Amino acid sequence: MSLSKMEIEHIAKLARLGLSEKEKEKLSQELSGILDYMKKLNEIDTKNVEPTAQVSGLLNIFRSDGSPQKIDVERIKKIISQAPEREDNFVKTKPILGR
Amino acid sequence: MTDIKKLTIKDTIKAFKEKEFSSEELRREFLKSIKKENKELNAYLSVFEKEALNEKNDGVFSGVPCAVKDNILIEDTICTAGSKILGNYVSTYDATVIKKLREAGAVFLGKTNLDEFAMGSSTENSAFGPTKNPHDLTRVPGGSSGGSAAAVAAGLAVFALGSDTGGSIRFPASFCGVVGLKPTYGRVSRRGLMAMASSLDQIGTLTKNVYDAALVLNIIAGRDEFDSTTVMGKVPDYTDGIDKSIKGLKIGVPKEYFGEGLDDEVKNSINKAISKLQNLGAEIIDISLPHSEYALAAYYIIMPCEASANLARYDGIKYGFSEAGKVNNLLDVYLGSRGNGFGEEARRRIMLGTYALSAGYYDAYYRKAQQIRTLVKNDFDEAFKKVDVIIGPTAPTVAFKLGEKTADPLEMYLSDIYTVAINLAGVPAISIPCGFINKLPVGLQIIGRHFDEATILRVGHNFENN
Repeated sequence: MSLSKMEIEHIAKLARLGLSEKEKEKLSQELSGILDYMKKLNEIDTKNVEPTAQVSGLLNIFRSDGSPQKIDVERIKKIISQAPEREDNFVKTKPILGR
Repeated sequence: MTDIKKLTIKDTIKAFKEKEFSSEELRREFLKSIKKENKELNAYLSVFEKEALNEKNDGVFSGVPCAVKDNILIEDTICTAGSKILGNYVSTYDATVIKKLREAGAVFLGKTNLDEFAMGSSTENSAFGPTKNPHDLTRVPGGSSGGSAAAVAAGLAVFALGSDTGGSIRFPASFCGVVGLKPTYGRVSRRGLMAMASSLDQIGTLTKNVYDAALVLNIIAGRDEFDSTTVMGKVPDYTDGIDKSIKGLKIGVPKEYFGEGLDDEVKNSINKAISKLQNLGAEIIDISLPHSEYALAAYYIIMPCEASANLARYDGIKYGFSEAGKVNNLLDVYLGSRGNGFGEEARRRIMLGTYALSAGYYDAYYRKAQQIRTLVKNDFDEAFKKVDVIIGPTAPTVAFKLGEKTADPLEMYLSDIYTVAINLAGVPAISIPCGFINKLPVGLQIIGRHFDEATILRVGHNFENN
């Protein structure tokens, strides 16, 4: 198993990670090594095995229908105040459409 | 004043009652010790010097000082997760476990070091430098709850909270010679714990003895409407019957946990522990968990997949480290903030998880790993038809040297060989000290049935007190 630099670049873009050239090379080697180890799983035939996503056995947990909590303005302010760029009580982002 | 370093929760409560010292005196003593020793140990990332004590609180833990892993939120305090990307993040609410401890009167001394986002087995992946092992400062404390384990081992807290996704409580407990309990998946609310791998994460305890683990679990366990994976039903008193003899109890020893890779001296130490349990009247039964050897590979697919999804929220826009001031378009904000905000191991796992979940690979990796997870879980279900608990080593070796395994990520992953299957199956497990090799502690792992923390605590308590 070997991951090309192009594949690494594709995954990094999907993951929204800016990587240096040096790191791309390093990751291509490291991930290839790790994925080689994962090949081990193919030793087992899992044709009729159901996948397990979680083990709690719980299904469809709902809260009762109704207004949950009173809106806590102070807490909202606390949350918004953590945004690196903001205006009034809004979180600011860069434009996503070209101008 | 008594030696505060050795204080258990039970001792502390007794000392308050007998007016040996007040909670404020005790808190100040702890802060003094932390100030003196933390520089070298780096167990704490932040210390709450000025926390107001609620003197009126008459809860069961009133005045008991504890430490909290820095991926669990305490309102209005910094919570870094050991990451540069959250270096300035201030928690906007209390985690449910914090709320419960607060109501019980516990005092928070500070937040402890961890591998970034709990990703690691040595606490060397922290953006704020590694924690050292109190038994030997040239060695790692284990991870990822290394700061919590080291703080308890060094007597810089009466107890601590940690989180365990693939061994992150039990592994450092083993390396530091303390008791580490990972409860059943669903026993303790994770609200306010920064999510790493949501189908595996669980909050648990690091304590000086097994009885204390039962006391803390009594407080933090239970259903939480804000964590829909927590189960309904009454939480038992875990100290009830903890003293009861283990005569006739069936203890399974899986042959797969004693094979290649296990250090000979660790093996001897575990075998001695098994003999001791036999002498206490337990029936030792050889069992097999046939898919053990595949659990690690399945874990190291499932965990990064879930982590890559969970860590998508750190975007440089809502909170935390950001390069928004440096660039002009949204994609560059993401790329720069995440590329430079996350550390090396977090980036590696995000990449691995994103790859395994990407178009064309999902079935070969994530689905395959989830199918193996079913087989691993079935192994435990089958074993627990024959035995009441399962025991084995927590870690294949004693604490390794700082820097010894940082060059090869796969070698570091292999340290988790005896702990990850437990998270895949969701069963509870505890690591308790069972001996020393050249002054370095060895941990015995006791694994129980779903929601049967009581029995593993009972076995641990009997082992400890005989």
